[in-house]
Order: sequence, then C-alpha cells, then structure tokens
Amino acid sequence: MEKFSAHIGTAVPLRRSNVDTDQIIPAVFLKRVTRTGFEDGLFSAWREDPEFVLNNPAYAGATVLVAGPEFGTGSSREHAVWALLDYGFRVVISPRYGDIFRGNSLKQGLLTVELPQEAVEQLWDRVEADPAMAVEIDLVAREVRCAGLVWPFALDDFSRWRLLEGLDDIGLTLRHADSISAFETTRPSFGVVVN
Amino acid sequence: MSRTLAQKVWDAHVVAKSEGEPDLLYIDLHLLHEVTSPQAFDGLRLAGRKVRRPDLTIATEDHNTPTDNLLTISDPVSRTQIETLRKNCAEFGVRLHPLGDPIQGVVHVMGPQQGLTQPGMTIVCGDSHTSTHGAFGALAFGIGTSEVEHVLATQTLQQAVPKQMAVTVTGELPADVTAKDLILALITKVGTGGGRGYVVEYRGSAIEKLSMEGRMTVSNMSIEWGAKAGLIAPDETTFAWLEGRPFAPTGAQWDAAVAYWRTLPTDPGAHFDTEVHLDASSLTPFVTWGTNPGQGAPLGDVVPDPESFGTEAERAAARRAVEYMDLRPGTALRDVAVDVVFLGSCTNGRMEDLRLAASVLRGRKVAEGVRMLVVPGSAQVRAEAEEEGLHEIFTAAGAEWRFAGCSMCLGMNPDTLKPGERAASTSNRNFEGRQGKGGRTHLVSPAVAAATAVRGRLSAPADL
Repeated sequence: MEKFSAHIGTAVPLRRSNVDTDQIIPAVFLKRVTRTGFEDGLFSAWREDPEFVLNNPAYAGATVLVAGPEFGTGSSREHAVWALLDYGFRVVISPRYGDIFRGNSLKQGLLTVELPQEAVEQLWDRVEADPAMAVEIDLVAREVRCAGLVWPFALDDFSRWRLLEGLDDIGLTLRHADSISAFETTRPSFGVVVN
Repeated sequence: MSRTLAQKVWDAHVVAKSEGEPDLLYIDLHLLHEVTSPQAFDGLRLAGRKVRRPDLTIATEDHNTPTDNLLTISDPVSRTQIETLRKNCAEFGVRLHPLGDPIQGVVHVMGPQQGLTQPGMTIVCGDSHTSTHGAFGALAFGIGTSEVEHVLATQTLQQAVPKQMAVTVTGELPADVTAKDLILALITKVGTGGGRGYVVEYRGSAIEKLSMEGRMTVSNMSIEWGAKAGLIAPDETTFAWLEGRPFAPTGAQWDAAVAYWRTLPTDPGAHFDTEVHLDASSLTPFVTWGTNPGQGAPLGDVVPDPESFGTEAERAAARRAVEYMDLRPGTALRDVAVDVVFLGSCTNGRMEDLRLAASVLRGRKVAEGVRMLVVPGSAQVRAEAEEEGLHEIFTAAGAEWRFAGCSMCLGMNPDTLKPGERAASTSNRNFEGRQGKGGRTHLVSPAVAAATAVRGRLSAPADL
C-alpha cells in the first residue's frame, strides 16, 4: 500500500445517499481475475446518463468524492475500492459508510473520511459554486480544509498509522506468528476440519 | 463478568491483544468462492506464501455458475474465473466443490447443510452474506479480498472490538408471516445504517420459535441494515439440526461439543450498548417498494409519498427510488404487477422455503406472462426437493426448476432481468440494477413470491 499523509485535489459532489457497492461497480465487472483496470466499471450504469455528475467536464480530474450517507453499503466486493482508485479518486467524504467497504478502503489506501451531514452539504455547495475549489485532506492533523473552513475528522490511531506508513497487514500480523501457532494448540478437539 | 454470546465467541478466539491495535482473531472456517478469491491467491503467489490452514478452508462455485445446465459456462470471462478458482484450489491444496459436484451450492447454503457451521465458531468469507452463519451462534461476517488473502496467509484477522446490540422480538409470528417478513420489517424500522458498528444478537420468543432455516434468513440480512454480524443463541433447535450432518462431531466429541455450546448463550445481566424491540404478533407480510432494503412496507400499504419522509436525505432517496421503480405514490402494493418471480438465494433457497412456496403453488398456475424461476440453494437442496416431489409441483404450475447457484440474486450469471422488468424476489438486495441492468426488484418472502406468481401482482397466499 502506498503511504498516505495528505492530499489536495478538486472534488465531485455526489448528492446521493445509500450509494451501495452495486452502484459503485455492478456485478458484471466482478468476473475479472485481475486487480487493476476497474475504472470502466465505476458507476457504470449512472455514467450512461449524460447529466450524471461524473460526466460534467467541470469536475474532470477530481480526486475527492463527496457523497451522502450510507456510502458503500451492501456487497463486500473490494472491486468497489479498486474502481474508485483506478478512476483516480484518492479520498471519499461521506457522513457514514458500509462497514466492509470502509475496512476495504483503508486497507487499499483510499482514505474514507467521515464528516457530519452539515459539513458534506457545505462542501457540496462550495464545490458546485466553484468546481476548481481545492479540498485539502490532512491525515496527520485529521482535518479537511476547504475555502477557509476546517472540519476535524475521526480515524482510529491504528488505521491512521498504517496509512501514514503504507504498511502491509499480513506483514504486521506475522509479527504474531508465534502467538498464532500457540493458539492453534489450544483449539478444541471437536472443531471442524475440512480435509 | 456477564458476557454476551458474541463476546464469548470473540474472547475464545483472541490470538493477540495489544493496546491501541485491533485484536487479532483466529478464524475457524474460511469459505471461498470464485469471485473474491483470485486476486487474494495472486497476492499469496507474489509474496511466496502458502495457505496456512487448507484444512480450515473450503471452496465452492456459485456466483458465476449457470442454473440451466451443469456443463457449459457460456460467458468466457465467467469461465475463466471459475477455472482460476479450480487452478488455485489445486495449487494451494484447498478442498473445492465445483459445478456438478453433489455438494456444490451457494456457499452460505452449502456450509450449514454440511454441518461445517457450528456454534461458537468464527467464520469468514469474501461475501457479505456470511452473516447467515450467525444463526448457529457463530461469529460470522463478510470480508474483502485483502482480508481473504490475510486469512489464507495467517488464519487470523485484525478486528476492532465491535459494540453489542440486542434485537428482541417478542410475541409470536402470525400464521402467514415468515422470518423474511420479520427481517424486512426490522430493516425498514431501523434503516440501512442502523446496525453499523454493532454485532447484533437476535433474541426473544419469536426468534426462539424459528426453525434453523428461518433463523438463517434473519441472520443473512444482518448486513442489509449495516450490522457486522447477526447471532442467535444455540439451543435444542440448533443441536437437533446439526446432529448427524457430515462435518458435525460424533460420539464423545459430539457430547463435548454440545456441553461447550450450552455455555455460549448470553449471561443474565450482560450489557448491550443498544437494544431494539419488535413485536412479532403485529407483523404482516412485508415487501420493499424502493431501491434499498430499508425502503419497505406491509403488503397491505400503498407506495409511500416521498415527501412524507422525515429528512431531506430520505426524501431525495425515496424520490429517486419511486422514479427508478416506476411506481406512483398512493398505488396499492397489491396492484403492482410483476414480470418475473425469483425463488432462491442464500436468503431463501433452502428446503423450508421451497416447501412453503410449493404448498402455495400446489394445484395452481403461474399467471400468464409471468416467468418464475425456482433455484435451489445447493445441489443437495435440489436433490432433496426432488425426492419430496416438490419439483413436480413447481413445473406443473409452470415455474422453471433449475440447478443450484446464486442465479438472479446478483446479475452475474445468465439469470438476469431485462431493462425495465420487475421482479418479486426472495433474495436480499433491491439495489438499482442488482438483478440485471435496469431491472426492478421487490424483496419478498417465499410465500409472497409464490402467491405473486399466481396472481401476477404482489400478493400473499391469503389473497388467492
């Protein structure tokens, strides 16, 4: 995972709630066995509508997606995170996320920031008034800044540290390899064994 | 100290606990399927890692598979994904039940049916409906592909300690109301984000009276209201269901297992961070009208007016939903005509679901112009249903009797809605395009699905 400490970019206002992972990337794109190249699947049904916000050239090149509550609910497909990253997004801002999507995003270096609904609405208004307006996300200070406004956001210390250092989870867990082996000797004898 | 069921299962699986870090949890069973695993196996190969515990890992093919035959996967991309799973399982020594195998099926139907799902276990799968296995008092949840790779490599997961919620369902479900109606009503009450950050325990007299199939339907949809997992305390119903299944312990091991399982239910006085109450006796058949599982209503109601909702976010979502669903506010839900009825999925693809639907369809016909697909959740469900003659009832009614798989639940195999088609579906998600691009989904119980097939409009058996 690439290190993430701060990001400055322009933003796309996605004025929708309950953007489930089937909208972020429909199941037909999940048949691939690769980990890259999912940008064509991102919001593919909605992108067929010329009025959809991602089709507005004013937002071309934006790297921050600002969405309504319950973003990324539904399916566990990590492809939703890959599609957002492959399309060029580095940060998503929403009042609330689906749990599995949030976990997936933080493991892949897509920063998912939780801000209150009021802050999201202020961001929508500002970005719509001036699509070239820069939004700054500072993971060290845990702040979002835009047009002189500052919103603090919460993120647990461990997830923040992993993002700042770009750490690999499996590597971190293998620090505990001895504990895993020790635990395995204590498992109940009636436990399921598949083979 | 008094602990909840979920806390007991959690505590029994903590491998390492460090200040300021998530707990490291041991995983007892890792279920794999073709969609969310290929990139994880690639990751292992790149890092030169092995599957740590192939003996705690099992795979099947379900999402991409056709349900009209067992031999030909016509889409080359789907075929490649299936072949990739087969190669990966062979290379890494993972047991696989492929298409055509007598045990193959939707992963969350296959696991419990084989007795692989047992109380007190930790179970994960790269699929959000892994919550299904919580019905046995297991801590079971869906994970992404990075975590699949993590479990393959280490048999553990880093997990932050969740909050605890109790959903207490008192009273008794009326005769024509099912577990599906119960969970749909609950999701509409609490909203799609209502369970976020919580492990939930479903309890109370109405839950205790449910069969294992009914409990699995309830736990299955935990993720649809955002819960991390949805557990139900193991009891005599659980033990009776498990005993004698292929992977269930036997003899003295069975006795030891049951003795342990009896210690798992929540202690009196254990603390829940949040409690939700629902009265089962007040419930009626329940369906969804919108494009998320929280947009539902009793079948006897009308399509709601989007302007009647409390917040602007809800109003905007409802406006968009009724437009997508092509519904007019005020229309009686019983007047909504459907093109397709889908009976199946990890939510409602088990024997009890098929029996219930067959009891409604017996001696009746699927309405002219309606297509009904009956898709058993596993090859074994299909075989059992045929032994009971259920397939003859379905085919005599004019429904299609198909092979096991995820089928029309998710629009990833040839079973899809065409743009504009409307379905009554026993699956779990009514998202835009979920069952095929431009398709419209109403989530219903197996009883409502069968009655709807006969009348051609959303209906309960009492309407026939």
